[in-house]
Amino acid sequence: MSYTIDGETGPWELVIGLEVHAQVVSNAKLFSGAATEFGAEPNSQVSFIDAGFPGMLPVINRECVAQAVRTGLGLNAQVNLWSRFDRKNYFYADLPQGYQISQFAHPIIGTGQVEIALQDGSTKVIGITRLHLEQDAGKSIHDQHPSKSFIDLNRSGVALMEIVSEPDMRSPEEAGAYLTKLRQILRYLGTCDGNMEEGSMRADVNVSVRKAGEEFRTRCEVKNVNSIRFVMQAVEAEARRQIEVWESGGEVTQETRLFDTGRGITRSMRSKEDAHDYRYFPDPDLPPLVIEQSWVDALKAALPELPDARRARYVHDFGVTPYDAHVLTLEKETAAYYEAVAKGRDAKQAANWVMGDLFAAINRTKTSIVEPPVSAADLGALLDLMADNTLSGKLAKEVFEAMVETGRAPGLIVEERGLRQVTDTGAIEAVIDGVLAANADKVAEYRSGKDKLFGFFVGQTMRAMQGKGNPALVNELLKTKLS
Amino acid sequence: MSLDTATVRRVAALARIRLEEEEVARVQGELNGILGWIEQLQAVNTDGIEPMSGGTPEGIAAMPLRDDVVTDGGQAAKILANAPDSEGEYFSVPKVVE
Amino acid sequence: MHPTDFTLAGAVAALEEGVISAEELTRAHVEAVEALNPRLNALITVTADQAMEAARASDARRKRGEAGPLEGIPLAIKDLFCTEGVQTTAGSKILEGFIPPYESTVTSQLKRDGAVFLGKANLDEFAMGSSNLTSAYGGVLNPWSRRNDPDARLVPGGSSGGSAAAVAARMALGATGTDTGGSIRQPAAFCGIAGIKPTYGRCSRFGIVAYASSLDQAGPFGRTVEDCAILLRSMAGFDPKDSTSADRPVPDFAAACGRSVKGLRIGVPREYHMDGMPAEIEKLWRQGLDWLREAGAEIVDISLPHARYALPTYYIVAPAEASSNLARYDGVRFGKRVAEPNSDLRDLYERTRAAGFGAEVRRRIMIGTYVLSAGYYDAYYLKAQKVRALIARDFREAWSKVDAILAPATPSAAFAEGENSDDPVQMYLNDVFTVTANLAGLPGLSVPAGLDPQGLPLGLQVLGRPFDEETVFAVGAALERAADFRALPGMRAGA
Repeated sequence: MSYTIDGETGPWELVIGLEVHAQVVSNAKLFSGAATEFGAEPNSQVSFIDAGFPGMLPVINRECVAQAVRTGLGLNAQVNLWSRFDRKNYFYADLPQGYQISQFAHPIIGTGQVEIALQDGSTKVIGITRLHLEQDAGKSIHDQHPSKSFIDLNRSGVALMEIVSEPDMRSPEEAGAYLTKLRQILRYLGTCDGNMEEGSMRADVNVSVRKAGEEFRTRCEVKNVNSIRFVMQAVEAEARRQIEVWESGGEVTQETRLFDTGRGITRSMRSKEDAHDYRYFPDPDLPPLVIEQSWVDALKAALPELPDARRARYVHDFGVTPYDAHVLTLEKETAAYYEAVAKGRDAKQAANWVMGDLFAAINRTKTSIVEPPVSAADLGALLDLMADNTLSGKLAKEVFEAMVETGRAPGLIVEERGLRQVTDTGAIEAVIDGVLAANADKVAEYRSGKDKLFGFFVGQTMRAMQGKGNPALVNELLKTKLS
Repeated sequence: MSLDTATVRRVAALARIRLEEEEVARVQGELNGILGWIEQLQAVNTDGIEPMSGGTPEGIAAMPLRDDVVTDGGQAAKILANAPDSEGEYFSVPKVVE
Repeated sequence: MHPTDFTLAGAVAALEEGVISAEELTRAHVEAVEALNPRLNALITVTADQAMEAARASDARRKRGEAGPLEGIPLAIKDLFCTEGVQTTAGSKILEGFIPPYESTVTSQLKRDGAVFLGKANLDEFAMGSSNLTSAYGGVLNPWSRRNDPDARLVPGGSSGGSAAAVAARMALGATGTDTGGSIRQPAAFCGIAGIKPTYGRCSRFGIVAYASSLDQAGPFGRTVEDCAILLRSMAGFDPKDSTSADRPVPDFAAACGRSVKGLRIGVPREYHMDGMPAEIEKLWRQGLDWLREAGAEIVDISLPHARYALPTYYIVAPAEASSNLARYDGVRFGKRVAEPNSDLRDLYERTRAAGFGAEVRRRIMIGTYVLSAGYYDAYYLKAQKVRALIARDFREAWSKVDAILAPATPSAAFAEGENSDDPVQMYLNDVFTVTANLAGLPGLSVPAGLDPQGLPLGLQVLGRPFDEETVFAVGAALERAADFRALPGMRAGA
């Protein structure tokens, strides 16, 4: 059951490939010692190298190479021990050197693959063509002056990984799932913060359409799409446009387009006065990048657990459902929170609390898992109070709400509010005796066979105990007394 | 291979060098003179030869890797000091319409 | 003796012995600059005040016992080296007024060792040329003149013409140059002084305006081989800011100048015997081989079968790299900007670069752009890279048979302005003997060895194994001793 879009001539298949630019997490830039922090004052994080001054030379940052290798390993990809940097030559105001240093012919990472999970529960493997390191450009600001554009070079020279997929995706959902998964892997690895609003991740989306069984038709590239939702929208909008072109007897021409998020359509970028001719050639300022297998092995050994492995572990070791495992591992911060709660406790119960009460509280209080309304330690303590019968499930919910409100530890709340559940059998028996004495008629009815009245006695007993009676004990003792 | 005038104009455009109409023929002649002379390389048999890129004589040097430490920046005034036109902390150019 | 007549080594000794102070030595050179530069145009920027101040500081350091190996030595710096706070033009209008906020590694090492900078030496624009005539700041006059045509304005060679002329005319005790296809060795030969292009990677390129990154290499000029050796020791060394810089110890090159050449095998590449080579060049070469044989070296015929393709290879590789290296001169962040009131960004680029670059630079950028462009890359650039590999391989094979190679430095003595200028290719042929060393990354030293019939200096060139400058210096010093070259240019300080 594959995804198609119906045109006038029948169904069309989509063919989608993504080129994702991911900003590498590093202190300093790829080829200079300037900082990479987001949001600094204009041109305050610029070395003369980043500004393309005469005589300036690039020297590569080891950590950026390590991050590319880690990412390659995380994408199950081939790590090339020998790679090389080329210059991509073009003129633009925010490209100070007049060329971008990139890896054209010999990328550091070769083919790999990523498994994506789809709504219907199925999975699909998307091929990775390559990953290479390159420099980011600066930023042009066009809206601050009537006749001038302003240039800020803070981003100039920041390391990017360009991750190119095979044209393996066939629906907007798959494109979205791929980008989601890629972002998840990068964030787990700590190689890219995945912050799409700040531009840490941008996608160029290649789309073509075809009739079933056909070879690929001409594709168009939708540039610089900056959210997962927009990628899915852009895929569909571009596919619909192409179908219309083909069906009206036209021909799709290969070109670069932009996604107009406001109108939900793609439009052609102002046609260039001359065709691009990037004149790639090996950068003579940089000898080949040669890395040792032993270094790659060491990086591999130190890799954090990745989402797929973690999800499998949750299912296997914690006994949670595959769906719950998926939700809990989506963000590594959620997984870390969950594991802190689950450690040494009932893991399934922990999962229910995290995905239920905690997520609800986060939504309600507009907080996040990074700064949660209840700490993992406190939630764990709450679970402990249930495990040792201090709290019933019902009381625990009450205590949790109080924790969200006050930020206090569950033990304190229990003490202050006297919410400790009563497990003293003598005390419970005394209450039960009172309830039975006050409802002698109902006791008689029950004993004559009206079993349903049992719930009534439980309710009366709990009410008399302000809900603090241990439900199991109340049940047990009532049964004994009524029999 | 010899350049026609259209190619001369295209190359000048790629290189972002303004070429006045009256210069085209002269530049075309000069470039073709040089390219004609360079043409003799085609006579060399280079089958199976790895191209030498970079100037290092042994051709095997690998690039050094530096530590990930912030050692530069924080000098916007120096970065902008030589700019033909700047506004505040920005370089400025004629407005670019995208 | 006039202070400008010292060799650099002699001045180092005189300063150490207190025969002269750095201030006196520098003043004499500043006066020589003031007297001669208006005619020679060897320096684009003269930094007389800074030089005098630096000289006084140098004397103070010496008094404190902190003298460096070049303490108080006045030098000229090719205006391709970025010097902090001092205009750096690369001989181009496009960089007029550019004041680097940083110092090149080579010049900072010279300063570290106590050198005093007199100013920035003229050069062919962006080091592209063999005559110094492509400089936007005017040509440089060679201080030598023809015996029977003394009014002919001879060029000093290029691209480091100002540096060579300044040292030959005794305006400076030494100078820095850069050599991409012969830009140190050819002007050294034309001006009757010594100059070495070391092995690629020996000197850092950081802070040197790039022409062709895989070929550019800095080196010194001196009036003696030993002077070059002393300067190179200060200029050379690993620099973590240049990824192509060689992480190797820097030997005492001056000590190598005293080494015997006895038993060394000296190669004579048969392909360098060219049709139409002037008789005096052929004769000088033979003479050089005789001198070395007499000094105990063994002369060995060798073959460099691909050497004849070196020039066309160079004229693909160098312009290709230049077309990319010079893209940064766009009128946005530094240097000249040319625009009309209604210029858009593209028009600004095109006007700036058309007006800012001279004809030869524009020509090479266009050649380089073309050979890298889609559809032509394989036929030109990739082909040239392969031929380059063959040229380097020829040398590697030669090193199994010989320890050094002797060749002429140039195919002729200095020519006059206007000669060789109609056809760019004719001008390119000047580098025929020098360019192979750049393509293969090898050290090459030019030593003044004789005069042509017009009384103009001619140079011999010693090539060596990668990073074996010591043997090159030893052979060069042996030639220097045998040649006993004492001729002086007509135009010089103290004359």
